[in-house]
Amino acid sequence: MTQPLLQMTHIVKQFPGVRAVDDVAFTVMPGEVHGLLGENGAGKSTLLKILSGAHQPDAGSIRLNGTEIQLSNPFEAQRKGIVTIYQEFNLVPQLTIAENVFIGREPTSGVLLKWGEMARQTRDLTDRLGISLDPMTQVRDLSVAEQQMVEIARALSMQSKLIIMDEPTSALSDKEVDLLFNIIRELKKQGLGIIFVTHRLEEVMEICDRITVLRDGHNAGEADVKDIGIPDIIRMMVGRAVDDLYAGQHKQHTRQAALSVHGITRRGNAQDAAAIVLNDISFEVYKGEILGLAGLVGAGRTEIARAIFGADPYDSGEVRVEGQSVRIKSPEDAIRHGIGLVPEDRKQQALFLALAIRQNMSIAALGKLLQWGTFVRESQESKLIDEYRQMLNVRMTSPEQLVSNLSGGNQQKVVIARWLALQPRVLIVDEPTRGIDVGAKAEVHALLHQMADQGIAVIMISSELPEILGMSDRIITIREGKLTGEILRADATEEKLMQMMTLARALVS
Amino acid sequence: MAQASAVTKASVSGGQNLTRVLGQFAPLIFLFVLVVIFAIATEGRFLNPLNVFNVLRQVSIVGLMAIGMTFVILTGGIDLSVGSILAVAGMVAAIVVKGTNQNTLSLDTSEVQGFGVGTALLAAILVGILVGFLHGTVITRLGIPAFVVTLGGLTIWRGVTLILSNGGPISGFNPDYRYWGQGLIELPWLTEMVQARVPIGVPIPVIIFLLFAVLAHIMLRYTRYGRHIYAVGGNKEAARLSGLNVQRLTLSVYIIMGFFAGLAGFVLSARLNSSEAVAGIGSELDVIAAVVIGGTSLFGGEGNVLGTVIGALLIGVLINGLVMLNVSSYIQQIIIGVIIILAVAFDRYIKSRRR
Ligand SMILES: Nc1ncnc2c1ncn2[C@@H]1O[C@H](COP(=O)(O)OP(=O)(O)OP(=O)(O)O)[C@@H](O)[C@H]1O
Ligand SMILES: [Mg+2]
Repeated sequence: MTQPLLQMTHIVKQFPGVRAVDDVAFTVMPGEVHGLLGENGAGKSTLLKILSGAHQPDAGSIRLNGTEIQLSNPFEAQRKGIVTIYQEFNLVPQLTIAENVFIGREPTSGVLLKWGEMARQTRDLTDRLGISLDPMTQVRDLSVAEQQMVEIARALSMQSKLIIMDEPTSALSDKEVDLLFNIIRELKKQGLGIIFVTHRLEEVMEICDRITVLRDGHNAGEADVKDIGIPDIIRMMVGRAVDDLYAGQHKQHTRQAALSVHGITRRGNAQDAAAIVLNDISFEVYKGEILGLAGLVGAGRTEIARAIFGADPYDSGEVRVEGQSVRIKSPEDAIRHGIGLVPEDRKQQALFLALAIRQNMSIAALGKLLQWGTFVRESQESKLIDEYRQMLNVRMTSPEQLVSNLSGGNQQKVVIARWLALQPRVLIVDEPTRGIDVGAKAEVHALLHQMADQGIAVIMISSELPEILGMSDRIITIREGKLTGEILRADATEEKLMQMMTLARALVS
Repeated sequence: MAQASAVTKASVSGGQNLTRVLGQFAPLIFLFVLVVIFAIATEGRFLNPLNVFNVLRQVSIVGLMAIGMTFVILTGGIDLSVGSILAVAGMVAAIVVKGTNQNTLSLDTSEVQGFGVGTALLAAILVGILVGFLHGTVITRLGIPAFVVTLGGLTIWRGVTLILSNGGPISGFNPDYRYWGQGLIELPWLTEMVQARVPIGVPIPVIIFLLFAVLAHIMLRYTRYGRHIYAVGGNKEAARLSGLNVQRLTLSVYIIMGFFAGLAGFVLSARLNSSEAVAGIGSELDVIAAVVIGGTSLFGGEGNVLGTVIGALLIGVLINGLVMLNVSSYIQQIIIGVIIILAVAFDRYIKSRRR
């Protein structure tokens, strides 16, 4: 048997109030794509931060190619060949791809940079990855996926042996995911070990060779992917079987429009003032309905949501809430009219990372918790928090815990709770289950059904077609800022949707 | 089930609990240590009630402004103009109460008739609020960084003060006016106990300072407004998308800052029995230092007024103690600088342990 590339044994990491990793063993072979799976808060990221030198373990040993190593900081881990592709990229946007790849290790002659050399080596690396990017492009002009590629190129340039990818696909479109997988296969061929974290189990089946499952900080199982199926993985993760992810149902919706949008048009974005971002968008959502909004990444789904919510201005068009024409100029106005938005990027747009769960969860609903119109009734607030903690099964130690100490999925639940607490008339959710584990996903879905039952109109944006198909009563599709079709769930299939999302209206109908 | 095992795992170890408690009081511990050192080094003279109240009286001017500055810094802003606002407000109060901008020490006071002390106080505060409103409006409407706007304000309002006063001080106020800076709530038992030759008591500025500190603490800690301030400082975009009116909230903190600088200007003028055109020059540094020593993050979203009060006390104690020990004023400056950095480093260290 070949020697393991990485062998972690008896790893323990204690945080105030929670033992995040408890006596965990984890082994990766060379040339292996190893899936690290588990529910939100199971300890995946913590284990990987120990491996990348960002956290120090309280106990346990790490062996790389058979020799025991100490990793006291991320730099040391990098030098030993362990590189992490972070979710938030560590690139300098103003610099070129080549400069970013070689940052801190630039080839020089004297004090001068060897630009030609840097460009050539960078091109070698991107060739190895099978992607074509000009090394002299500024990183800020790249898409999220391309930035990720640059990170991988940098990892390669450091002669790494082990690449850690913590939820690398959560911000990528399907096509970009395919590209990433091709790269991963390429790396695998070259004998690197890859650790891959995801909550999308189909991806596990597609790319991973072996999996290790964590539950509550413990090892909950290890298996070869070829021997198992998705239900087995779920059982290992959750400790029980989860019924169909989209099993929930809600009552037949009404015919009363909760929100209607007429001819919303918005011109101009950061790059191009003349570009048409939203082109004459009109649709309505009924009380008690879940309306799916589908489209490729960049098609304008998020822009529609932000325009309705008052986060971005639009040039012309009208929004009506329950038949009344309303002028929404800011999120404050939108909330006053009973519209809520769970934004797509929780770190940038939703969370107050320096504040506790308490402040994060209740911020939008504070108006309902006031005494004499000013003082926050904290006991009532605690009750509210506890209610949503139970409803969404948020893994937390107390409302006073800093939200930055929660695992990614639990942070997302806190954001969702913020909007549920407001009990809106219309709730727009933009990628509501991004980074959420299977169990919690089913819970969020059940919750959306429940909200529809209460008469709330829900607009759901999602890049996962099965989610759109499984949840929506009706689906509208958008492409390049224009609506391209509308279809009832009963008539919809993945193929039809795909067609509507990628082709112009004339071709569909 | 998963739930249950998560709970059994959630044991809080004693050591971590301790650092958590310590973390909240890091500046307080620092202050306490300093007091003990000075008490020993001065053989107890430092703790003489007369001296203690003297320190407190000096602290209250910077302290009042530091309360306002805490609001500003919590939103991630800064106000460099506080010293100038203090000066212009103090000058306006003096002119209002005297009815002239001539230095009336040499004048027969019956020649001109000014307004009452209440009006003067009101005028000082209104001037502060107005200046804060102007700064806040430029910052939020034109999107110019607070640093730049208030840096401009620093020289603008100093200039206005000089014009108002013809360059010189306006001095010699009536006793009602002076009471606000020099008065005491006497404590006869204490006077008797230490057998002091002058009556000992709590100075009025100290009472004003503590009163507003408590009020500000309640505002920040227990009200919706307070929650909103922290949210704006923590993440502006998230605050906006949570339905907060970020512009209005930002404007409000500069108005609050103006209020406190105006009030401080009035109190200082009363204490010195003189409004000087050079009053408060450089005081923005002490004020910002007090806030930062108190554990408030310059990035916004983190900190509180209690810390600021302690920060202001720390600076006051330091200056007073060093003076009592006859440390040369040159060396004093070096020591104060070092202590500021140490205090903040200590605070950061304890907080990072808490994470
Ligand atoms: N710095 C920290 N301080 C305190 N607790 C922490 C810290 N980091 C993580 N935790 C806790 O440790 C546990 C494991 O978190 P971790 O981020 O490893 O989960 P995860 O498996 O990556 O979850 P997700 O799938 O949601 O990303 C959680 O309960 C989390 O709240
Ligand atoms: Mg994670």
